[in-house]
Amino acid sequence: MTKREFTVRLGGMLSGLPKRDIDERISFYCEMIDDKIEDGMSEEEAVANLGSIEDIAAEIREGVPLVNLVKEKIKPKRGLAAWEIVLLVLGSPIWLSLIVAAVAVVFSLYAVLWSAVLSLWAVFVSLAAVGVAGTIAGVILIFTDGVLTGLVLISGSLVSAGISILAFYGCRAASVGAFYLTKNSVPLAKRMLTKKGEVNV
Amino acid sequence: MDIQLKRGLLDVCVLSAIKDGDSYGYKIIKDMKPYIEMSESTLYTILKRLELAGMLTVRTSLHGGRLRKYYHITKAGLGRIEDFKDEWGEVMSIYRFVTRD
Repeated sequence: MTKREFTVRLGGMLSGLPKRDIDERISFYCEMIDDKIEDGMSEEEAVANLGSIEDIAAEIREGVPLVNLVKEKIKPKRGLAAWEIVLLVLGSPIWLSLIVAAVAVVFSLYAVLWSAVLSLWAVFVSLAAVGVAGTIAGVILIFTDGVLTGLVLISGSLVSAGISILAFYGCRAASVGAFYLTKNSVPLAKRMLTKKGEVNV
Repeated sequence: MDIQLKRGLLDVCVLSAIKDGDSYGYKIIKDMKPYIEMSESTLYTILKRLELAGMLTVRTSLHGGRLRKYYHITKAGLGRIEDFKDEWGEVMSIYRFVTRD
């Protein structure tokens, strides 16, 4: 790949990013390629020496905050005409409420996810509490209400304690899953915001 | 390696590559190569972070008919290297304790 092909392709792959970021990155890589050529490499070797262009683009995307990507996405590509501004203002009750609704949906998805995890932990805590408290109460009941009643309560409580141990592993797995889902939602959103611009040379 | 620890180490490596005189991207990578391999994207991210933190400044100069960016270490950058040397003594003593027989 030549330097020109590299810059055009990288520029295309980063097309959802702020223009200043793209220009700065491309000029950084161009300087690197020129320095490698000056050091004795051929143009193709210098470009190949940078590594895979897909990896470079992915690494750059990861480094740009999601807020900047969203800003770039919603920024108009040209100045707005007067009638467009009037329409925007008049239409604000509709688009503003749509944006608020979209933010609320995203927020509620997170809330639902973490509430589900929280409720699983609540189940674990209650099972464990029943296990401990029931066993203690069972011991007391042996002396107050008779051996049979006490033993029934103790055995029930031990079953509950046993289930709570299993529940602990389930809760831990659910928390880890929710954590990864939350963590990966940002890179996923970034990919969705930038992938449309990919071009092949 | 812990990501925060690695990030801190790489920052100091880059600062150290420009401490004796201004340098440019390709030369920084080349100077560090015998000690640590660093990709161009990683270097860019580090240079940007150090510039924002005021540890280095950037100037553009003409070189062989094209523009090249040179990086210059600031007082804060030199201070970071000194801090690293102090902190590292402590890390080494912890390492010796951990690996004792």
